[in-house]
Amino acid sequence: MTEIVRGTWVVAYRELLRFVNERSRIISSMAFPLMFLVIFGAGFGQIIGSLAPGVDFIAFMYPGIVAQAVLTSSLFAGVSVVWDREFGFLREILVAPIGRTGIVLGKAIGATVTGLLQVVLMLILAPILGVELRLDIILELIPIVVILALGLSGLGILIASFMTSQQGFQLVIQLLIFPLIFLAGVFFPVDNVPDWLAVISKVNPLTYGVDAIRQIFLGTLPGIGVTISGHTVTLVEEVAIISGLSVLLLGSAVVAFNRRD
Amino acid sequence: MSENVIEVRTLRREFGKLVAVNDVSFEVGRGEVFGFLGPNGAGKTTTINMLCTLLKPSGGGATVNGFDVERQRSEVRRSIGLVFQQTTLDEYLTAEQNLRFHAYAYAVPADVREPRIRELLTMVELWDRRRGSVRTFSGGMKRRLEIARGLLHHPKVLFLDEPTLGLDPQTRRHIWDYLLRLREAENLTIFLTTQYLDEAEFANRIAIIDRGEIVALDTPDGLKRSIGGDLITFSTPNPEAGLAAVKERYRIEPTLRDGTIRFHVDGGDAFLPEFVRTFPQPIETVSLSRPSLDDVFLTLTGHEIRDSELDARQMLLQSGRWHR
Ligand SMILES: Nc1ncnc2c1ncn2[C@@H]1O[C@H](COP(=O)(O)OP(=O)(O)OP(=O)(O)O)[C@@H](O)[C@H]1O
Ligand SMILES: [Mg+2]
Repeated sequence: MTEIVRGTWVVAYRELLRFVNERSRIISSMAFPLMFLVIFGAGFGQIIGSLAPGVDFIAFMYPGIVAQAVLTSSLFAGVSVVWDREFGFLREILVAPIGRTGIVLGKAIGATVTGLLQVVLMLILAPILGVELRLDIILELIPIVVILALGLSGLGILIASFMTSQQGFQLVIQLLIFPLIFLAGVFFPVDNVPDWLAVISKVNPLTYGVDAIRQIFLGTLPGIGVTISGHTVTLVEEVAIISGLSVLLLGSAVVAFNRRD
Repeated sequence: MSENVIEVRTLRREFGKLVAVNDVSFEVGRGEVFGFLGPNGAGKTTTINMLCTLLKPSGGGATVNGFDVERQRSEVRRSIGLVFQQTTLDEYLTAEQNLRFHAYAYAVPADVREPRIRELLTMVELWDRRRGSVRTFSGGMKRRLEIARGLLHHPKVLFLDEPTLGLDPQTRRHIWDYLLRLREAENLTIFLTTQYLDEAEFANRIAIIDRGEIVALDTPDGLKRSIGGDLITFSTPNPEAGLAAVKERYRIEPTLRDGTIRFHVDGGDAFLPEFVRTFPQPIETVSLSRPSLDDVFLTLTGHEIRDSELDARQMLLQSGRWHR
């Protein structure tokens, strides 16, 4: 047990050390969501107008972009595993008396903390973008972000457990995971799109993570939530869905990583 | 010295159909420098990986510092330090950060940690560069840092997989100075693999491994003696007749290599003048040499350990990126 705890914190510590050492990563992780907000906001804001009473396109998209930033930055846990394997450092970790479960948890927690740091940076931008921010929003946001980030880093590590090369990993992420993130209702309200797209989005569990964050910012509003056969999914239900998913993904990552020679 | 720190019993590892390590058995005593000498693909790294718990044996077993490598992995891991064939440093951290990570991972007590880091970095002459990013280090500096890291948690056994591969002779010499000093200072057991025959000379005992099997195990001198004394090499215009004459006169089986005839005799110093005076064929060149491990290898396996300098360079080219 002490080995798992020690493993978790040393691995997480090193992930954070690297995040801080690599300024380019901090910048690029911020630049992307910002670009989306500024360009899409300016481009579509005028045409689309408000999506619900008092909710313009930026206000609608901002929580989605926050969610997207969390999801993509969590996947970095997997990138980091593949990276370490490729450059050899994984052996230093694997042969240390720390246990594989600790390694997985450490990578996941490292990615979660970097995800939280990004969320904080984006929250600082909120007033500039005209998005309303209250203390209760922030307090509710943090646990949701943590749950989502742990789950998605579990997914990243799970995929990484089966991959040997950076290229293979990138391929899986680009063909499978990015579409899931794009189809999670970051840019559009899933109740207001053609049926086929709505079905895909509602089957996609990430949709509930994105909507949970949106509900925290905007409250439950008609037209922008997720409706399944007449029932608008509540925040509590969404938290249940993403918690279950996160436990499943992180658990599978631990099993897969332990199993690999 | 009486106690064995490594015991290996019919250890085996297969990769599909390939038998990488074929039922090897040996022991290493405490405080010993034990060398594993063999060409590319002989099974050296595979053996080390099994001893350091990174790879499950397909058969047989081993203990390190009294702990079973399959059932007591944590205890084994705490007992050993490792320097892998390819670098396993985090290049994006500084030298100091790499060492600190290692200290945390091995639960080195806080009051021991900083003095130990200082002591080791000073020893490998990297104290001045401790805040430097490892990415900016030369190959030799990285190796030295890895050796320092491998020793940080006071291991009982240091495994070195080709510790000086691809390094220039001065740096190799330098690293060996450290290692031998350390062995004195910390009563360390050193297990090393190498393809460099001159490097194996530093070992108290050498196991020669070829195609997954140990073909000989002895002290360097013992190995050289085992192939029958000194080596005489000579050339003559008619090698066939030369071979026949050696065979007939001395009852020795000579070998022909690159147009020169080679054979082993005891007491070569006394033998040579007599040989030159009485040999029936004209002699063009003749030389006497003490047997090298190269000769030992050739005699035992029937092939050369290959051009290891060339291999080393090729390996280095490929080792920028690698897969576990
Ligand atoms: N993971 C693996 N999967 C399949 N085959 C492997 C694996 N690891 C090693 N081998 C094979 O096992 C044999 C022994 O390899 P090993 O790495 O132990 O050799 P080595 O003696 O360390 O060689 P070198 O001097 O080149 O480092 C080789 O034929 C190699 O191809
Ligand atoms: Mg090897």
